[in-house]
Amino acid sequence: MEGLEQVIREHAFFAGLDEGFCTLISGCARNVRFEAGQYLFHEGEPADQFYLIRHGRVSLGITAPGRGAVSFQTLGEGEIVGVSWLIPPYRWSYDAKALELTRAIAIDATCLRQKCEADHHLGYDMMKRFMAVLIQRLQATRLQILDVYGSHG
Amino acid sequence: MADAADVMAPKIAYVRRRRREAAQVWTLDLEAGEGDRFAFAPGQFNMLTAFGVGEAAISLSGDPAEGSRLVHTIRAVGPVSSKLARLGPGDPVGLRGPFGAAWPIEEAAGHDVVIVAGGLGLAPLRPALYRLLAERSRYGQVVLLYGTRSPDEILFRREIETWRRRLDIDIEVTVDHAGADWRGHVGVVTNLIPRAAFDPLHAIALVCGPEIMMRFAIAALRDAGLGDEGIHLSMERNMKCAVSFCGHCQFGPVFICRDGPVFRCDRLRGLLALKEI
Ligand SMILES: Cc1cc2nc3c(=O)[nH]c(=O)nc-3n(C[C@H](O)[C@H](O)[C@H](O)COP(=O)(O)OP(=O)(O)OC[C@H]3O[C@@H](n4cnc5c(N)ncnc54)[C@H](O)[C@@H]3O)c2cc1C
Repeated sequence: MEGLEQVIREHAFFAGLDEGFCTLISGCARNVRFEAGQYLFHEGEPADQFYLIRHGRVSLGITAPGRGAVSFQTLGEGEIVGVSWLIPPYRWSYDAKALELTRAIAIDATCLRQKCEADHHLGYDMMKRFMAVLIQRLQATRLQILDVYGSHG
Repeated sequence: MADAADVMAPKIAYVRRRRREAAQVWTLDLEAGEGDRFAFAPGQFNMLTAFGVGEAAISLSGDPAEGSRLVHTIRAVGPVSSKLARLGPGDPVGLRGPFGAAWPIEEAAGHDVVIVAGGLGLAPLRPALYRLLAERSRYGQVVLLYGTRSPDEILFRREIETWRRRLDIDIEVTVDHAGADWRGHVGVVTNLIPRAAFDPLHAIALVCGPEIMMRFAIAALRDAGLGDEGIHLSMERNMKCAVSFCGHCQFGPVFICRDGPVFRCDRLRGLLALKEI
């Protein structure tokens, strides 16, 4: 457990995390590894865990008829894969695929949700961290929708 | 000093080569006439005339060390640029220039240099990259962060691949969306800024791209610790005369053609956020 706690404490996403929270989160965590091309999860599946990337790169994408898989974001070391675990219906709305050998910490979502319900300070801390990621991704999505590099750019 | 008639009268140059860069984007090599050497500084632009159609400001995108070859990268968006982009070897082009303020390449000596380019914005930054790489030892880290729409719209692709093999420049390319065969980054270029290796206290940033992208890039550079005095951007708003007569490119108190197109961010304070100006 000691090893996992340390990895979580040092992961960029959890910078400044309270020691007690770190222990609680570690209780829901395990090490995972994905080979290049392997999926972390698929669209439509239950969002029962999320991932802190330690090494490697992950592509988020949606498969569109006639276009194949369209990637809209790649994530790397120090970033988080999966935000749908926090809010119902706890379901992935895209695919996540390892682009290269990827090592990550998987956090069991049911386990962490229960701890967040039991300790709202932990829940609020999680909300603030995930909200920051959501806002950043929302802004990025807006720029992508505006298609700023188009000929009107 | 040249009088108004001189600066408004174009010289004739001829297209020597034409290369396709991406859908709607072409690079033209021009020859400025026998033995003419053409000196320009990275960031400057020429006014190119497509005869019978009109004139447009187009940045120099080639190597400033190659004085006789004038390189321009053009996206066909309207009448002038579409005509220019269709010209082939031997065709004449009207040429006035070079005009405008340059990237602060000299000032950047001894600093890390972070180049943030979006889409066609890489074109006016390429001459700066040539200069930085030609005198590489004068600079600290050199970082190029380039964002564009999709993998097939990456400009100067072969050159980027060659530069990537050098160990003395960090290059990250990201696209807004990609198919399954793309192994690189996907996402907005601003995402690359927090992860880039440079010392914000000793860095100069050169930014060019669509205005919205530049606004977000400036915000991300500030978040990374850069001051506005260290951030330079090129404003490519429309212009007509290029010699501050007509006022077409006036942007608040500044004329882009006379005072820019390269501006230090603190000198544009507030103007970028204004909607209509
Ligand atoms: C300093 C400077 C450097 C430039 N460098 C280059 C370059 O290297 N390569 C290149 O292809 N273009 C460059 N441009 C832009 C180019 O000058 C304009 O796109 C020009 O208007 C093209 O003329 P046109 O007749 O083809 O299109 P227009 O009929 O003038 O415009 C067609 C459409 O494009 C839009 N548009 C035109 N110019 C811009 C602009 N600057 N920003 C956003 N939207 C615009 C117009 O609103 C219109 O919808 C530069 C502009 C400036 C001021």
